[in-house]
Amino acid sequence: MILKGKAHCYGDHINTDVIIPARYLNDSTPEYLAKHCFEDLDASFPQKVQEGDIVIAGRNFGCGSSREHAPLAIKASGVSCVIATSFAKIFFRNAINIGLPVLEIEDIAANVQEGDPLTVDLSQGMITNEKTGKVWHTAPFAPFMQKIIDAGGLINYTKSKLEEGK
Amino acid sequence: MSGMTMTQKILAAHCGKDKIQAGELVECAVDIALGNDITAPMAIREFRKTGASKVFDQNKVVLVPDHFTPNKDIASAVQAKTTREFAKEMGIKNYFEVGCMGVEHALLPEKGLTKPGDLIVGADSHTCTYGAMGAFSTGIGSTDLASVMALGTCWFKVPAALKINLHGSFQPGVSGKDLILQVIGKIGVEGARYLSLEFVGDGVKNISLEERLTIANMATEAGAKNGIFPVDDIVLDYCMERAHSKGIAYTADKDAVYLVEHDFDLSKIPMTVAFPHLPENVHDIEETYQQKIKIDQAVIGSCTNGRISDMRAAAAILKGRHIASGVRLIVIPATQEVWIKCVHEGLMDIFVAAGAAVSTPTCGPCLGGYMGILAAGEKAIATTNRNFVGRMGDPTSEVYLASPAVAAASAVAGVICGPQHL
Repeated sequence: MILKGKAHCYGDHINTDVIIPARYLNDSTPEYLAKHCFEDLDASFPQKVQEGDIVIAGRNFGCGSSREHAPLAIKASGVSCVIATSFAKIFFRNAINIGLPVLEIEDIAANVQEGDPLTVDLSQGMITNEKTGKVWHTAPFAPFMQKIIDAGGLINYTKSKLEEGK
Repeated sequence: MSGMTMTQKILAAHCGKDKIQAGELVECAVDIALGNDITAPMAIREFRKTGASKVFDQNKVVLVPDHFTPNKDIASAVQAKTTREFAKEMGIKNYFEVGCMGVEHALLPEKGLTKPGDLIVGADSHTCTYGAMGAFSTGIGSTDLASVMALGTCWFKVPAALKINLHGSFQPGVSGKDLILQVIGKIGVEGARYLSLEFVGDGVKNISLEERLTIANMATEAGAKNGIFPVDDIVLDYCMERAHSKGIAYTADKDAVYLVEHDFDLSKIPMTVAFPHLPENVHDIEETYQQKIKIDQAVIGSCTNGRISDMRAAAAILKGRHIASGVRLIVIPATQEVWIKCVHEGLMDIFVAAGAAVSTPTCGPCLGGYMGILAAGEKAIATTNRNFVGRMGDPTSEVYLASPAVAAASAVAGVICGPQHL
């Protein structure tokens, strides 16, 4: 799968409260959440984001609450992928579970500028900054995690396990 | 192969293996799966998609509507209703309605639902609280919870460990909250990312169970997968009283591996305040007091510090005093049991006489839900767990984290201070 989009760059420790403030957690509809995505960090994000765009961040992206509303808000905004130096543990598994690709690249934040066009080849694990020509290769997912991704998320995986058990 | 930590032993026991090591992916049987009024509705939606017609065990799924309840608005009422109807449909035994409910991580131990050696997952990041009782407990997302409710199992990457050696005992007025803020200050908000935070040492016996719950509760603020304490008589007595079971106490092997070790002398821990906008921005109370930080609001409550000992600590400061003019003090006992104890012990009289508003149990303001939202530019001192941008209201408001004693003293003085400054 090939993803193409412009970069939206944020810093370290981007927490789930700024990704989707709790005042919007009274509704878990993806479209509603998307309208308020990153509101307390960058209020213009919902207007400027375009289908396929990629979020770039530094360390510990998604720290804080376990709210799955956070990756869901990002995904529903049209973002195709999040690439960060590192991810907080719950955010990472939530993203995998709902089918939002998340990739860890140590020096990504230092080598991508706001608006840079990026291409991500998910099956090859290859990321290209089309402006600078810089290329990165990601480590493959652990086989169990890959199984969840291949199944199209945790729910499909659960469904197949339930069927096996019948 | 090297020895295992407390956390690794519990995970091994729940995936049917004798030995596991850090980094391994394991699928474990779950003892308790928890959801609340914000995370459960999303989990229920996903659960329906799995095709499951019932939950894996009616006794092991726990639903607590505590975040935006009593319902703060129509949308919240819909979420609470979804949770309530699902609990009824599935025959879930441990559903706690408004009037019985409390802030989930204060409520579950009280109801005897957590004990040593258990594997507990919850769609709430502060599920790590139960590590205080020698359980493995961690926060998960709603889709994870949906899968656990259907299968009774959950996958984990076995965490490596970070060891915190505790020695001695606290100075008067210093508490577990001050310690965990100091730990986060030292290792940082990602200092324990993906790791288990294992608290050991001769100082543990000098820390009350309620304080250990506070400490384990904020393990997630250091990025930890879980926080855990060894099991001693303090824990066993509590569990016998509440759960009528001692559970299983796991101890770390002598040759267990720890990535990093830190030592803390409890007698040297000062009263501590975490400044905006990260829990790692810690300052001791003397230095903080010099800055004369004026507050608009003080909040005493939450899954971190809403237990009876927290209420007593706050009341001891507020007794015979009144809060400063221009300050709002909001006290939220975390459960109905704590609330009624406050009445019986005369703490309610003290709170009201001091000028506090006392609420029914709810997470409310901690996450900026309701019951004390901050306007632009306002500052609050809170016994809660996070001080991120906009956490308690407007994105330009500020939250300072501290213990109940510091929050109460600050409400009286109108500036952030300790009881010694009154």
